[in-house]
Amino acid sequence: MQPFRERLARPGVILADGAIGTLLFQRGLKAGECPERMNLERAEVLEEIAGSYLDAGAEIIQTNTFGGSALKLAAYGLDGRTEEVNARAVAGVRRAVGDRAYVCGSCGPSGRILEPYGDASADLVSDSFRRQMKALIGEGVDLICVETMTDLREAVLAVRAVRSLSVSIPVCATMTFDPTPRGFFTIMGTNIEQAARGLAGAGADVIGSNCGNGIENMISIAREFLQHTTLPVIIQSNAGIPKLKDGLPVFPESPEIMAEKGRALPAMGVKILGGCCGTTPAHIAAMRGMIDALPPPERPPRAATPA
Amino acid sequence: MGIIQELSESLQRGDAGKAAELTRKAIDGGLDTKTILDDGLIAGMSAVGERFKSHEIFLPDVLLAARAMAAGMDLLKPLLIREGIPTIGKVVIGTVQGDLHDIGKNLVAILLKGAGFDVIDLGNDVSPQRFLDTAQKENADVIGMSALLTTTMPVMKAVVDLAKERGVHGSTRIIVGGAPLSSDYAREIGADAYCYDGVSAVECVKKFLGRA
Repeated sequence: MQPFRERLARPGVILADGAIGTLLFQRGLKAGECPERMNLERAEVLEEIAGSYLDAGAEIIQTNTFGGSALKLAAYGLDGRTEEVNARAVAGVRRAVGDRAYVCGSCGPSGRILEPYGDASADLVSDSFRRQMKALIGEGVDLICVETMTDLREAVLAVRAVRSLSVSIPVCATMTFDPTPRGFFTIMGTNIEQAARGLAGAGADVIGSNCGNGIENMISIAREFLQHTTLPVIIQSNAGIPKLKDGLPVFPESPEIMAEKGRALPAMGVKILGGCCGTTPAHIAAMRGMIDALPPPERPPRAATPA
Repeated sequence: MGIIQELSESLQRGDAGKAAELTRKAIDGGLDTKTILDDGLIAGMSAVGERFKSHEIFLPDVLLAARAMAAGMDLLKPLLIREGIPTIGKVVIGTVQGDLHDIGKNLVAILLKGAGFDVIDLGNDVSPQRFLDTAQKENADVIGMSALLTTTMPVMKAVVDLAKERGVHGSTRIIVGGAPLSSDYAREIGADAYCYDGVSAVECVKKFLGRA
């Protein structure tokens, strides 16, 4: 398998996977339990999920380490096992996908608010990310995705934590935006132009957005990112905003809807597509079909990727 | 500019040192405690809430303003108690059982406190029993629940059901909020209101208590 940076440089859209949390809940994770504990206790479930996204046609498979930073794990008393939680997650995905897909180390927010607005110092947050990144890189991830960030300073600390350990590991960095009458902003007040500049400045290889929005808002967000960066752009949409059905919340955007509307993303130049909350292997398979049906040069030369 | 106006503006700027200094000055100058509270601190926080709602400012600005409000309240509280000035209402708030997301809930708590309500924040992962036990013990006017996960939303219904079972639903109003929620969902589970954001939560609680 060619290194991820070479794959990035080749023409064609790259397909990433969809939600892990959504699938973990379907497989017995209880609300309030630490999702990353599954890496220690039920590794086979994570391998099965990775395999199902591989079968759906994803080229990038993420590890179950969204909450794998030491600070986030501390909320469950698991910070002492940060290295183990992250290393096992990488090993599990690698067992499931071998060299048929890129293994991507996921890293979400610390759950703390940085000074002066909150009580977490930059050093504290930085050290927490570094522990996670060191374990992910040490176990051999092909790339890292810093995701769902709302504070640009925190996102920058996470990207820099990777860069302090390795210049060669590719890093994707995504933030989550809310639509407002004045445009898209994160809850901490970062707009897309600031995000694009800040994430690129920190050393990210790929920048973009995930979570918080369905496919239609994501198309607007993607358009704005592309105006403000020359880096490849990644977009991972939720399957819409949950609606009620028979008293239970469900994500409204079907695989067909996401694939049909998502067609606009590669057309405008988005490099990596994937899914966030509420998306399943069926969503990814539908996007695979959409991407494979694109006219060249958007069609990725899959034959060049060892199958 | 009067000292009360100055106090309100220091709070809006998030200047905790200045807010404390001006509160102290107003108290020492013999200004009415209730005026300092209503026209200084609460008015300042209300302006912050409005500007947050219209996306002129963001979470960091609200957090700083809340800290400034708290700095003023620390000085004012002993006087409010001594003079027997009642709070305008009591709200028990928390993120429901199984859910550890508390940024939104914290923001609502800040704005409710900023509006002058007595807020008992139970934190996150709060069981239905704990919501009701606390609300009953504290004689709360309103229970506010937050959930960010679709998987924890059903806990909200359990709280409403328990309130009905204990016969306090009605005297204690129940409001809900959180990213995956909607007014449809609030209606379906029997909550009194869905609040889109912290500012609408404040408006809603005021309405329930006849203060809007």
